[in-house]
Amino acid sequence: MRIGKKECDAAFRASLPIMVTFVILGSGYGILMEKHGFGPLWSVLSGIIIFSGTVQFVSVPLLTGGSYLMAAITALMVSARHMFLSLSMIGRYRSEKRGKWYLFYALCDETYALLSSDRYPEGVDISGYRILVTLLDQASWILGSFLGGVLGRHLNFDSRGIDFSMTALFTTVFIQQWLDAKNHFPAILGLVATLICRLLFGRELFLIPAMIVIIGTLTVMRNKLEPEGGAGDE
Amino acid sequence: MNEHIRALIMIIIMGAATFATRIVPVLIFGRKDKVPGFILYLGRTVPYTAMGLLIVYCLKDVSLLAGTHALPEIISLAVVTATYLWKRNTVASVALGTVCYMMLVQKVF
Repeated sequence: MRIGKKECDAAFRASLPIMVTFVILGSGYGILMEKHGFGPLWSVLSGIIIFSGTVQFVSVPLLTGGSYLMAAITALMVSARHMFLSLSMIGRYRSEKRGKWYLFYALCDETYALLSSDRYPEGVDISGYRILVTLLDQASWILGSFLGGVLGRHLNFDSRGIDFSMTALFTTVFIQQWLDAKNHFPAILGLVATLICRLLFGRELFLIPAMIVIIGTLTVMRNKLEPEGGAGDE
Repeated sequence: MNEHIRALIMIIIMGAATFATRIVPVLIFGRKDKVPGFILYLGRTVPYTAMGLLIVYCLKDVSLLAGTHALPEIISLAVVTATYLWKRNTVASVALGTVCYMMLVQKVF
């Protein structure tokens, strides 16, 4: 693994949209924590131990009340989608050495969106680049939550709607993938299957059925999607 | 002080649960010398399905029938799509789309 100026430049440039969003969203979390009586260092600690925006937001009211068992079940339900993401990174990360466990531990939706695309800047060391992107994303989230905790009370800023930046980010990745892909079936499958499951199962429960439908459909369609059978495995 | 210990335990429990969802697939399928071909196949196809899943996940609380009829979302997504197709600049499209959405939900609707 090599981490030099080239890797730093490339990782910084690629992560910039995520970093900006994470500092802002993270500060929203830091402010919320502060309001519940947990200062900036608590937000930093949570960002290191949990590091999942959705789980961290859900955890705030649970920190002062609620059972440990319910907290564990809630965290598992909310972050079940990570299994789906990790599963599809096993092949990519299989030859990673020292950084491998960090890459999986800190694999959030946004880092996944960036690193699952297999678009690497020319001439960079891929391992170093992956580590830096993952680290920059996590560091920006933690920095944001720290700043939110410190400045929260003095900021008078209406942040309603700011979380649309996540939707916007995933949309740009979706479009780029659409332009790159020869076969659009997986893109349509992901969108349509999840939408149908959202309508059928409601907002709390739809993600797990959606992942099952997607993996099931991909399994059945394997021969159609990759007729050459396993080409590109190595 | 007890409250702080309680909060700390809570963070550790939720952190462990989150970590488990990220690491269990790797422990099951990634330990062998050769990763199964089916897992590699999912690795090549799932990323293309995952963005649709994440987009719907982000919009899960939006309703076409009630409230603003999803107009802020539709307009802002159109802005993101149009600017991205035009300039292929992620930072600019995300920033413009988000500012547009914030204006719409705060000032217009």
